[in-house]
Amino acid sequence: MEKVIFEYHSQPAAYVPVTKLAVANKYIPAEFLGSVELDLPQASEQDVIRHFTALSKLNFSVDSGFYPLGSCTMKYNPKVNEAVADFDGLAGAHPYAPEESVQGALELLYELEIFLKEVSGFQGLTLQPAAGAHGESTGILLIKAYHRHKQPAQKRTIILVPDTAHGTNPATAALAGYQVRQVQSDNQGNIDLAELKKNLNANVAALMLTNPNTLGLFERNILAVSRLVHENGALLYGDGANFNALLGLVKPAELGFDVMHFNLHKTFSAPHGGGGPGAGAVGCSKELTPFLPVPRVRKNREIFTLDYQPKNSIGKIRSFYGNFLTAVRAYAYFLALGAEGIAKVGRQAILNANYLRQRLEKIYHVPYSRTCMHEFVLTPQPDWAVNTLDIAKRIIDYGFHPPTIYFPLIVHEAMMIEPTETETKETMDTFAAALVKIAQEAAQKPEILKRAPQTSPVGRIDEAQANRQLILKYEKRVSG
Amino acid sequence: MDFIGNTAADNKAMQRDLGLASEEELLKDIPPDKIIRQLLALPAAASELEVKRRVQELADRNVSVSDHACFLGAGAYDHYIPSTVPVIARRGEFYTAYTPYQPEISQGTLQSIFEYQTIMCNLTGLDVANASLYDGATALYEAAHLACAHTQRNTVLLASTVHPEYRQVLRTYMQNSALIIKEISFREGIIDLADLKSQLNDQVAAVVVQQPNFFGCLENVQQMGKLAHANGSLFITSIYPISLGILQRPGEYGADIVTGEGQSLGLPVSFGGPYLGIFACRREFRRKMPGRIVGESIDNQGQRAYVLTLQTREQHIRREKATSNICSNESLCALSACVYLSSMGTAGLRNVATASLEGAHYLAGSIANLPGWKISFKAPFFNEFVATVPGNIDELNSKLLKNKIIGGLSLAKFYPELKNSVLFCVTEKRTKTEIDTLVSILKEAL
Amino acid sequence: MVPRELKYSESHEWVKQEGAMVIIGITDYAQEELGDVVFVELPKVSRQLKQQESFGVAESVKAVSDLFSPVTGKVMAINETLAQQPELVNKEPYAGGWMIKVELSDNGEIANLMSAEEYEKFIQEGPK
Repeated sequence: MEKVIFEYHSQPAAYVPVTKLAVANKYIPAEFLGSVELDLPQASEQDVIRHFTALSKLNFSVDSGFYPLGSCTMKYNPKVNEAVADFDGLAGAHPYAPEESVQGALELLYELEIFLKEVSGFQGLTLQPAAGAHGESTGILLIKAYHRHKQPAQKRTIILVPDTAHGTNPATAALAGYQVRQVQSDNQGNIDLAELKKNLNANVAALMLTNPNTLGLFERNILAVSRLVHENGALLYGDGANFNALLGLVKPAELGFDVMHFNLHKTFSAPHGGGGPGAGAVGCSKELTPFLPVPRVRKNREIFTLDYQPKNSIGKIRSFYGNFLTAVRAYAYFLALGAEGIAKVGRQAILNANYLRQRLEKIYHVPYSRTCMHEFVLTPQPDWAVNTLDIAKRIIDYGFHPPTIYFPLIVHEAMMIEPTETETKETMDTFAAALVKIAQEAAQKPEILKRAPQTSPVGRIDEAQANRQLILKYEKRVSG
Repeated sequence: MDFIGNTAADNKAMQRDLGLASEEELLKDIPPDKIIRQLLALPAAASELEVKRRVQELADRNVSVSDHACFLGAGAYDHYIPSTVPVIARRGEFYTAYTPYQPEISQGTLQSIFEYQTIMCNLTGLDVANASLYDGATALYEAAHLACAHTQRNTVLLASTVHPEYRQVLRTYMQNSALIIKEISFREGIIDLADLKSQLNDQVAAVVVQQPNFFGCLENVQQMGKLAHANGSLFITSIYPISLGILQRPGEYGADIVTGEGQSLGLPVSFGGPYLGIFACRREFRRKMPGRIVGESIDNQGQRAYVLTLQTREQHIRREKATSNICSNESLCALSACVYLSSMGTAGLRNVATASLEGAHYLAGSIANLPGWKISFKAPFFNEFVATVPGNIDELNSKLLKNKIIGGLSLAKFYPELKNSVLFCVTEKRTKTEIDTLVSILKEAL
Repeated sequence: MVPRELKYSESHEWVKQEGAMVIIGITDYAQEELGDVVFVELPKVSRQLKQQESFGVAESVKAVSDLFSPVTGKVMAINETLAQQPELVNKEPYAGGWMIKVELSDNGEIANLMSAEEYEKFIQEGPK
């Protein structure tokens, strides 16, 4: 394993001219100045580069192999995205530079909004949320503002969430001050309409729905669901985590969604960055548009401006204008694919997922055996003496990233597989062959799986110890 | 140009294996009249060369800090970025990975976050730091929210010298959780301690300040911290990490929670993002801290290894009982900050801070000598200061732009009472010649 | 493992009566379901608890479980050792893994709890 950067002791390089100022207290009273020497790493440039290069090699990534992490859409991240995000005129644009000096940046945001509205059917859009969960909370605040504005007297205090939902949905709703009620799914993995009806009343503000849902299934009753919700005076929130299935295939606004967030880092090929930065644009209906966060990007006779005026806006949700360079990457993706390429994305993602599902469903257990969308859920066969974690760890030994495991919660021992449209048949065949082999091992030599992974930089990690002893930073230890 | 790897023949073969007469059979769950059947109103597909050409065209219509002398800061700082930072941050192994859910094959991300957490603790003087949040503004909200939950009080006293956009973000979220914000007024560029004292009561969960504040001035954080603690309130500061190369660390002046914008640590100004939300706190709040945290453990061979810890705080386990809905971090930005500070080292950071301090005071001294100009506040400042201008700031800034200089921020938008004031920033990148050129243009212009 | 002499609640706490005082912990079945316990949050001494009220949480690596008081009364002591060794809840759920001692307000509540036989049947039927 690579040592910690603090364990290097070499001479750092010089990056900026050395100042002649001997003491800062020429300008600042001593009471404001630090009295202890900061304990930062002390490493030569060569050591810094070797250290972080060594760390990078301990990672699995989309660039290194197949990463079928369900619900995360680990599609290929085109390199042109990175190249354009480096352009001086974009990376070097100051957010408070006069508007007339950043017209290109504003035009890019304006055009990306148009592209996203076109693929979703929404009327209003903001690019400001910094992540999917941030987009979710923005969407819920729009809903709150809408109800407060429309019927100030009526207290809509409840948000309904299906039992298949991502954990962020109930967390977001609760933090926005709503009570959360769970709605059960039927045996086909859809929202149970009878259950929904039972839960709908004048206090319900919205239903948060992921479509396709987290089982990878298209919500067959979607039109009935949106009708019921709207008849009740409530709104339909779309969790766009799974939008890749629908890109170029269906506009969510036409299914009845009033507001939805998009993950630019999933559907629109911006990289995931090891957990971020991403971006969580939010699209909404005409009725919700007045409440969008400020500033809005406007175009007036070929001049682009930032508008802070809308008086019903929920306000600001982040400093400046969101994760701009992530938006740049999504913009480059739209330009590259164009209308022809966008038309293929959802369809190809669905074909790939069904192909892979079909190759595996005779060997693994498929809890909801029907045509899937962009992803599907498997579980181990009940007679194997291994659990999902063991299978996931064994997949590492075969050179792949494991699927999402133990989610959705309604499926015991779930493994959620999402190949995405960029993977080839050949890659999926190799992966399927590995999973078939692992299934044989699970049935015959389960101890191999229990010991997995064997080929990774480290073996299984003692998570209980990590949580009991809580070592959350490096501290110099006496050696020996 | 799409990025689909399968050939038409592959697709045919897959359809055959699935026993499909047509691909449409896979879409049978979707209401047929909702399926898009013609091309959307998007541009035509483009080659890589064409994509670059179009984006270059847009980029060329922006003024960049790469070929302009930037005297604009206000939360986005033009510091020098060592060549090591982009080299590491552009490694596909880092940027095309996701959240380290499978620690055995994610030690690179996990260890770099662990190192980032350590560096943030050392920099702030606090006990624990998380793996980062979205930006300085949302990090400050998370801190205020934590303080309210911890103290079971509902009011936050917010310095009016905190970045105006951070205050707006706080207001957006606090309103929606039925929490109250009261602002503390300023005098001479820093918080009026008398006003702070008069507003303290048993409902105040936290006193929130920025150091250096939005005007670049240094707040009397020692006294404010004491006042907050005497009232049973937490003391929260939003910091500018570069300044900690010389300024007292928040842990030493009694801050309970420190947040900040980490952009200055190796990230370009990027028209406002992606940035880096710093969050560090005292040990007793670690189980209430939002965001991801990496901990050290051992693997089954006894080797040192890292893993996400304290996950039970997070939304995917607590669902509606979670204390934050944040389920990601700005990992790649945290990596950049980690490489930045690892490259700079202690002396390097001190040098960046000192050079910025010195340049700003040189500029302020020159401006003070210009007829009609005035340095607005007497309080000591770091690398930003406010000047009162004898003329129109927008016109002045247009003129500066023509001379390849990005001027300071007009404060009228955020502080109507400071309508003739401009906020200047100087970093170590500014040369004496650039500063002198700025001053000579200011002199001629008005 | 369900010790005969204890009483049990539907939320999987056990109760051991010692005069006017009861000792409370979670059952072997509960610790098994929870997995490796890594943190236990306990109430302050002298806090008044109502029957069914949450008195704390037990956390494993990937789950959080509320702890409910099977009785009404005042917390007289907590198991301080669990702060350092939460794994005692797994290793010795009925001994070293005890959680709180409560002074009973209402002796009758004990009678309404399950016996060992009833609890065994309860967990065999697969409660949720």
